[in-house]
Formats: sequence, structure tokens, C-alpha cells
Amino acid sequence: MVAQEAHAHGEPQGFIRKYVFSLDHKVIGIQYFFLALSAVFVGMFLSLLMRIHMIWPTASIPLIGEIKPETYLSLLTMHGTIMVFFVLTTAPQSGFGNYFLPIQIGAPDMAFPVLNMLSFWTTFVAFVVMLAAFFVTGGAPLHGWTGYAPLSALPSAGPGEQLGADLWITSIAIFCIASLMGALNFITTILDLRCKGMTMMRMPLTCWAWFVTAILGLLAFGVLLSAGILLLLDRNLGTSFYVPLVVVNGQIMAHKGGSPLLWQHLFWFFGHPEVYIAILPGMGVASQLLSTFARKPIFGYKAMVYAIMAIGVLGFVVWGHHMFMSGMSPYSAFAFSIMTMAIGVPSAIKTFNWLGTLLHGRIRLQTPMLFAIGFVSLFVSGGLSGPFLAQPLLDIPLHDTYFVVGHFHLIMGVAAIFGIFAATYYWFPKMFGRMMNERMGQIHFFLTLAGTYAIFMPMHYLGLAGQTRRYSQFTEVAYQAKLIPLQTFITFAAIITIAAQFIFVVNLFWSMFKGRKASDNPWEATTLEWTTATPPPHDNFAGHIPQVFHGPYEYSVPGAPRDFIMQTDPAGVTAH
Amino acid sequence: MGLALLVLIWLITFFSTYFFIAKTWWLPHGAAEAAKWIDGQFALTFILMGIVFVAAQVALGYLVWKYRERPGAGKVQYSHGNTTLEVLWTGLTAILFIGLNLMGSSVWAHERFEPAKPDAVKVEVTGMQFAWYFRYPGKDNQYGTTDPKLMDPSAGNEAAIGLNTSDPAAKDDVVTGTMYLPVGREVAINLRAVDVIHSFFVPAFRFKQDAVPGLIIPMHFTPTEVGDYEIACAELCGLGHYKMHGMVKVVSQDDFDKWIAQREAEKQ
Repeated sequence: MVAQEAHAHGEPQGFIRKYVFSLDHKVIGIQYFFLALSAVFVGMFLSLLMRIHMIWPTASIPLIGEIKPETYLSLLTMHGTIMVFFVLTTAPQSGFGNYFLPIQIGAPDMAFPVLNMLSFWTTFVAFVVMLAAFFVTGGAPLHGWTGYAPLSALPSAGPGEQLGADLWITSIAIFCIASLMGALNFITTILDLRCKGMTMMRMPLTCWAWFVTAILGLLAFGVLLSAGILLLLDRNLGTSFYVPLVVVNGQIMAHKGGSPLLWQHLFWFFGHPEVYIAILPGMGVASQLLSTFARKPIFGYKAMVYAIMAIGVLGFVVWGHHMFMSGMSPYSAFAFSIMTMAIGVPSAIKTFNWLGTLLHGRIRLQTPMLFAIGFVSLFVSGGLSGPFLAQPLLDIPLHDTYFVVGHFHLIMGVAAIFGIFAATYYWFPKMFGRMMNERMGQIHFFLTLAGTYAIFMPMHYLGLAGQTRRYSQFTEVAYQAKLIPLQTFITFAAIITIAAQFIFVVNLFWSMFKGRKASDNPWEATTLEWTTATPPPHDNFAGHIPQVFHGPYEYSVPGAPRDFIMQTDPAGVTAH
Repeated sequence: MGLALLVLIWLITFFSTYFFIAKTWWLPHGAAEAAKWIDGQFALTFILMGIVFVAAQVALGYLVWKYRERPGAGKVQYSHGNTTLEVLWTGLTAILFIGLNLMGSSVWAHERFEPAKPDAVKVEVTGMQFAWYFRYPGKDNQYGTTDPKLMDPSAGNEAAIGLNTSDPAAKDDVVTGTMYLPVGREVAINLRAVDVIHSFFVPAFRFKQDAVPGLIIPMHFTPTEVGDYEIACAELCGLGHYKMHGMVKVVSQDDFDKWIAQREAEKQ
């Protein structure tokens, strides 16, 4: 309570304090959301250019011209980096987490509102620096989003590896600082600002997911920040953390004694938890929505909480599975592979529980629920290629092929994006006071689900056939040239799927101004955000701090007057 | 809506599974000893994961359709879960995943823990932007020294890897841009990279290993069929990554001996 009063701040007047440098977690959440929306369109556009270049390498694109092989590599580097950092990390955690975490636990704001504002604007600066890499001499870097040294550490190793690469790593370092601030804020808020009656085990699973994600972020981004600073030193001050004695195009480089594997260990120590940073909030949203729309308590709440924790812990001891072919000790590979298989267990538990939640429910198939169900389908499909790649033996033929590209796009790309879509359709009424259009939402869902499967499932076949990643052309290797028809199919599927996303954008902006007015609780859900006004007032609950009496998933309780009991409803839940 | 969702999820499941089972696109024909073991473990994993995939997707589609909200729908079962079931599927999944992994571990141990046999054919593989070079130690079975100062990529072969010709052990070393190997014999390779990381990937051999600057990585494999096999670089190494392509020619022992003798003669 003391903490709540200490950070309380009056409602700001004036445009700048209200909408630009706002301290209100809801405004900051929306700022993050629109930052991620801009980023996802940049990232998607880059992927479109990549798909076009693969199939029509000499095509001249209006305003851009012909894409050269090195441009292709810049596109893939920036696509991956922008999507991972500025979309998958930004939207589900910083965007929706910022907006709904304080409301769902009954707090008037985040624990540190100024820090919150700083973390958004720092992220914004990081995004601007990242985009700037496109416009400097030499263009954006070509070393891939993983930035493996020595390629990323040597300005002479290729075009884009000069100033572009410096901007790239600087942007990531700034992003890390922003994420550390955000993570700290999330953790403190959850531990300190829960309202009366909101015990940890009464928190919605979304809050659990944001909580564990924040802990992962706090532990992972610090390591990436350090790794990035060392890379900047290698690039600019002549240190040799990652670069041994190398000869680039006949020229001996002024480095000695560094280890390329050191970068990989540090990068993946961040990089693997990052996968869970991207997907855990989606899991939280899926759990929330499956229960709400099936009108049934979530199956195995405690098991879900333990599974999230287990994923969080195990997520830090599996990074080596990215390095089975790297020259790392094969004994380490064996240990990492056992851990990786183990992390499949909590993931499977979650899937079983989602299916268990649907069983004997009464499922309302509105758009948010469609995306939550899509999430489950994609999570299963993307998850089950994991046990192939987790075995070092099978990683021999599959590593760095399209099998991996298909795997991670399905699970941390599309499934996470489905989580974001589900969250958008679900919370839009609360955020903007109007409903999104159902018909447009349904069309968007069906096209996107079919389209993303049509893009990413065939990539598994390509990978099996030995199609290596990050090739701008497939004509140089005979066996790969035979796979071009399947690549062409994927390109057409991508064009259609990308086109379908404009339905979403139209729906989003049209509904913001013209949508049907939303009631305070349009989905008849139980959690705290649905007890307050739509949109919520500046301090969330209009001067009144709620008190919580129940868990978050009391649906269809026998004997209750309605098929849901609000968390704030003092009436008891008898059956248990 | 429930029916449409069921149909879409089931169709996706059907088509995804069909192309795997029909093997329309599949692992290339295996031409090295490890292929049969790796393909066996792959098949086992594929069958188990395939069953889980189909079962989960079919169940998802069915549940969504069966329990959709509609007039006359059954009562919602108020339940917070079932601990016995949780323990059961946690246990089963753990056994399935970990067990599957352990089944493949002996092959991994054979491929990566154990060194090559002493009588294996020795080849040093060097990756550089954007070519592969293969060095054979010659009659003395000893690699001569190389020197970064002598590296001249534009000259190719011996000069590209900076072979120190003043070293007696280097005199009979042969360096080529195409890998020749005798069939049926184990090959002991030393994998090197001079500039950035590359990855030596021969799909038909089920062989892949990164070549890392600063490291010499010993590996081994045994080609089992005569033929030409493609090498594709599997680690992003710069703008020419997509054309860092090479060939392995697996020939009979006689042809191999003749070829290496001829290369030796050309050098003198």
C-alpha cells in the first residue's frame, strides 16, 4: 500500500505529458503496441522482398531497384532482428503487459512510472538507430540476426559490415537497456502492487507469464548487453574477444587469440530464453482466452503455473542446442540435448491442459478465441519439430536448413503473433472503447492460419531435402535447384498471407473510430480489467482499489446466477 | 464457424502429414555409413512425433466443433483439472522425449566422441570466402605447415591455404578444389576456416560440421557408394554464401590412388 501511494501521480494535462511523455502505463502500453505494429510492417515488407528476390532474382522493384545477394542478406538480418526485438519482445510483453498487468492485479499503475516512460523512449531510440542502418554507406549488415563473429566483428568481411553493423549492435545494446528497465518494473509491480486478496495463485495466467518473462528478460538481456559491448570493442578498439588470427581475402587482420564460440555462447545464453520471452506471454493469453471463451475453468491452473516456471528455469540451460554443429564439445551437446528434451515436457503439459479446457466446455467462437485456438494448433506443429532438432544426431542433417526456419517461424514467429492477434482482438474493446469487426476478424483469421501453414510447413520439406538457410539464390547447387518449385509456392503463399494482414489493419483503424461501442465487460470475463470502465480511467479504478475474492477462472460455477463470477464478487464459490 | 475451423485444422493436418509420408521431398539418398543410423533414428522420431501431431490436431479440431456454443449444447463441466492425469501425461511425455533422445545417443557417440581409426584417409578441409580446399598429406602422411602470410586466395589451391613450401613435410602435400575420396574407407578430416565461420555440409553423407577460424576440428565419416556428392556451405559466411559450393567425388581405391599419383606428378 505504501508503495502504491508513493508512486501515485495526478492525471496529466496537456498533449505532451498525456500522450507523448506519459507516465500512464496504459498510454505507454499503447505506445509500445504501435511501435511494434510499425516494426512488424517493416519486418514483413523485408520478408516480402526476400521472397520475391529468391524466385525472381533479377526483378527490379519500384523505388528499390534490383536486389543483390548482399542486399538479400541485409534484408534477412534486419527482418530477423526487427521481428525478434521490436515485435516479439515488444508487443506481447511491453505492450499488452504494460497496459493490462497493473489492471489485472488491481494496481493504479506500474511500480516505477518514470522508469516505464524511459524504457519506452529508450526502445524507440533503439528502433530509430536500427532503421538508420539501412541508410548509411554500405547499408545494413549482412551477418544475420545471430551476428556470428568473426563475420560480424570484421568491417572488411563484407558489405554492410562497416557503419551499418555498428548501428545494428548499438541498437541492440540500447534495446537491452530498455528491456532491463522494463523487466525490473514488471517484477516489482507484480511482487509489490497486488491488491488485497490477489494472492500469487489467484493471478490470471497472463500475469504469471508476464512475471516469468520479466525474470527471463532481467537475466538474459544483461548478458546480451555485455556481449554486444565486447563486439563493439572488437570492431572499433582492436580488442580480440571473438576474433582469432584470421586472413580475410589475403589480408591478415589485426586480431589474435579471440574465440568465435564465445560470442555464440553469450548470444545464445540470451537467445534461447528470448524464444520464451516471445512465446510465454502468448501462452498466457491463450490460457486466458481458452478458459474465458470455453466458459470453463482453465484445466490444471497449478500445473500451468509450474509449467511456466519450469520453462523459465530450463530455458536457461538449453542454449547449447543451437551449437551442436559449432565445434562445441560433443559431450556438452549430449547434456544440452537432454535438457532440451526435458523442456518439451512442460510445453506438452500446457498443450494437454488447453485441450482439457476445451473438453466439455461451451465454446464461443469469437475472433479472439479463433486466434487462441490457432495458437494451440501452431504451438503443437512448431513444438513437435523441436524433438528432431533437439537430438544432436538429427541436427546433423537438419541444422541450418529450412527445417529450422520452418520450426522457429511456426513456434516463436507465427504462434507468438497469433498470441498478439488474440490479445489485440480480446483487449481492443477495453483499450479503445469499441469492438473490432467480427466478420473482418474471421476472414483475417482463416486466411492467416491457412496462409502461414502454407508458408512454413513446406519449409520442413525443403530442410529435409537439404536446402540450406540464408541462400539468396538456389541455382548454384544442383540438388537445391530442384527445390525451386516449392520455393515458388511458398513465395505465392507469403504474398497472399501478407495481403491478408491489411484486413487486420483496416479493421483496427476502422473499429477505433467506427466500431460498435463496447460495454465494460463484452466477453463476460472475470478478471479485474473487466470490472472497471471502458476505457479505464487514469488510475484504473477511479479512486477505488479493488479487492479480490476468487481465482481468475470461475466460469460455469454450479448454482451461480451467471456463468461467470468476477474476481471481485464477494459471493463465495461453493463447489470446488 | 466450429465446422469451418474443424475442416481447416484437419485439412492442414492431412496435407502436412501427406507430403511427409509420401516423401515427396525427403532426405537425399544416403551414401555414407552414418546415413542408415541417422535415417533410422529420424524415422523413429518422425513416427512418434507424427502420431502426437495428428492426434493433437485432430482432437483440437474435434473439440472445437463438438463443444461449440449452440442451442441444446450440453452442460459445461465445472472442473479445475485432474492431478492424476497431470502426473500421468507429465511422466509419459518425459519418458517419450528423454527415451527417444537416449536411443540416438550411441550413434552420436560413435560419430563425435570416438576419433577416426588410425588407418583412415587423411584430408584437411579449409573453408574461406567463398571456396573449399582439400589437402592430402601425400606419401609421408604428414601435413606440412601453413603460414597466414603466404595465403593468396586468388592463386587457388596450395597458395590459397598458404602452404609453406620450404617445409619438407609440405613437399608432397596436394591441395585441390574438389574432394576425392576412396569408397568404403573411413575419412579423417581436419576442418579449418581462415576468415569467418563456414560449415561443411554434405547432405548425402548426413555430415555437417562448422569450420571455425582458430580451431582445427577433427571429424570422420565413411562414404559407402561411388558417385558425385554436393557440398553446400551451411553457415552464413558473407555475400557469396549461396555459391560456396563444392563437390565430393567418391571413387574406387584404384582410381583414388591413380588420381593422387597424377596430382603428385603434376606438382613436381
